[in-house]
Amino acid sequence: MMTFILRRTGSLVLLLAAVSFITFTLFQLGPSDPAAAACGQECTPERVAEARVALGMDQPFLVQYADYIRGLFSSRMIGAPGAQTLCEWPCLGKSFQTNENVADIIGRSLPYTFSMAIGALVLWTVTGVGLGLLAALRKGSPVDKFIVGAASVGVSLPIPVTGLFLLLLFVNQLHLLPFTTNEINSPFGPQGPGAWVANYLLPWIALAVLFSASYIRVTRTNMIETFGEDFIRTARSKGLAPRTVTFKHGVRAGITPVVTMLGMDIGLLLGGAVLTEQIFSVPGLGFTAVHAAISGDLPVTMAITMLAAFFVIVANVVVDLAYAAIDPRVRLQ
Amino acid sequence: MTQIQSVEPGIGSPPLPPATSPEAKAPAEARSLLATAWMRIRRSKIALLSLCVVVAILLFAILAPVLSAMSGNDPYTSNTSPEVLDDFETPGLPLPGYMYPSAQHWLGVEPGLGRDLFARLAYGGQVSLTIALLSTVVSVVLGTVLGAAAGYFGGKTDAIISRIMDLFLAFPHLLLVLSLTPILQSRLRDTPLGEGSFLPMASLVIILGFFGWAYLARIVRGQVLSLREREFVEAARSFGASHLSILFRQIIPNVMGVVLVYATMLIPTNISAEAALSFLGVGVKDPTPSWGQMLNAAQSGNWYLSDPWFLAVPGIMLIVTVLAFNLLGDAVRDALDPKSSR
Repeated sequence: MMTFILRRTGSLVLLLAAVSFITFTLFQLGPSDPAAAACGQECTPERVAEARVALGMDQPFLVQYADYIRGLFSSRMIGAPGAQTLCEWPCLGKSFQTNENVADIIGRSLPYTFSMAIGALVLWTVTGVGLGLLAALRKGSPVDKFIVGAASVGVSLPIPVTGLFLLLLFVNQLHLLPFTTNEINSPFGPQGPGAWVANYLLPWIALAVLFSASYIRVTRTNMIETFGEDFIRTARSKGLAPRTVTFKHGVRAGITPVVTMLGMDIGLLLGGAVLTEQIFSVPGLGFTAVHAAISGDLPVTMAITMLAAFFVIVANVVVDLAYAAIDPRVRLQ
Repeated sequence: MTQIQSVEPGIGSPPLPPATSPEAKAPAEARSLLATAWMRIRRSKIALLSLCVVVAILLFAILAPVLSAMSGNDPYTSNTSPEVLDDFETPGLPLPGYMYPSAQHWLGVEPGLGRDLFARLAYGGQVSLTIALLSTVVSVVLGTVLGAAAGYFGGKTDAIISRIMDLFLAFPHLLLVLSLTPILQSRLRDTPLGEGSFLPMASLVIILGFFGWAYLARIVRGQVLSLREREFVEAARSFGASHLSILFRQIIPNVMGVVLVYATMLIPTNISAEAALSFLGVGVKDPTPSWGQMLNAAQSGNWYLSDPWFLAVPGIMLIVTVLAFNLLGDAVRDALDPKSSR
């Protein structure tokens, strides 16, 4: 077990280093001149040159990368010699647009992204696994066919269309829910958990419609397969209650692929549900990334991309560990 | 070993296939593959229906110039005269006679600029589908070749390609695609690809194609690992066929089934991705129409709140298209993938 964790952590660090290096390279190769972008619209060649120095872009590429990585471990000075400012740990650079510390921008966006992710996650896991299990237990029945059909449609609904439709229906026409506000980003805020749910319910539904569809499919397929296996027949023939067989034996064994998907999707979602955040104007990581990408604010886009990759990679490792906890047949080597 | 066999072909074993068999085999495989798929798809009503819808949508896009000419419209001419667009209450909103389908404007006109919605939907289909299909081709070619190479050569080649696959799978696609598209566009601007409306299309094809290959490559690699030990590969090797020839004439034709399945499933993903990026304002931009751009237009200025019609036109088109391709993909998988048990 210990060796497994150590080995996975080792490969995790390597993968993260590679991801950060590649992201850094891609963005450096990127626009014709980040310095010009940082400098603004009316910028004389001299000022562009100054901006290059200020951004450290006169340095060799590897030095820039090393500086960037150093900032992840300690505070560092940033800017042109003579006009340096302190970039406090964890230093991810400063925004071209606002000169704000990128880590602060990310810290501000995270609660919104968490709020979006947690509710959507619960909603789609419950509906996806629940309906998938129901379909598997009633295999071949009209209920099963209906659920499978609904999943096919659900997986084909693009977020922009569902999102805008939900806004139109529940906010604009029926006035059942308020339009999302920036003031609520936690269930423990002054407005209370009710306002938090009302604020994020539509984004949760928009995400859950799309995601639960694939959970239904995967759960159904795997449960049908598991219910056909020998150990289930053994459990039944021992005279165990059907409920015990289904949940204690069947679900534990058949749910592992769902755990994989869940881990990957949590990782993805923590990096920012770009479209959903944009449609519902939730200022989380995805929303911030879109605006940074459009305005050419490289340090912000780069940091969010790396952070998102970090979440995906960590989620992968967590999934492997969760496997062993859930499925008694899996033993970590 | 190879020499002995080529000196005494077929002794003590079934006669080896003639030397021309590799060339002859590839097209036969491909044909029988499609024939098998078609035979099974024909039996399912849903599959047949989705195939018809896909063909209809493709025709709709291909015939865009003909169809819009029939109503005497084109996707670019705007008409902001007060007879068409409201000037008082909600400036820019089409007046009742122009909002909804009519003989002159089959789907009404667009708010703000008064361009013909039907023409934009049809031409937009050309753009959206071209991007989706071409980027799928890019991903499939990359994924098949790299996956097959990793599985066939093994060792260091496999290790390198597999690590690159892991990296690509770890990257948050939408985020990276989103931030790299403007960068790529500024790079392409001075190249032959950078002309006018062609630029966003080319950059989307490159980026979506480049980020979509890893998953397919992983699956192809798995298939090839078992294929390379099979007798027909051994036979080709014993004839002295080169690695490249074995790879392209023996191995790849045999994974075409899996490739076809994943290609069909990649198309709707790419259609959605184009819609998402153009919706976010980094893909296809006005005046070039695409289904994502039309969604963007419906949202900007909150026109879809003034009338749901502007959301419904591109939205329903998008849903029907993605659904039809998804169902067709399921059908192709059921027909060709022995592992799917349905």
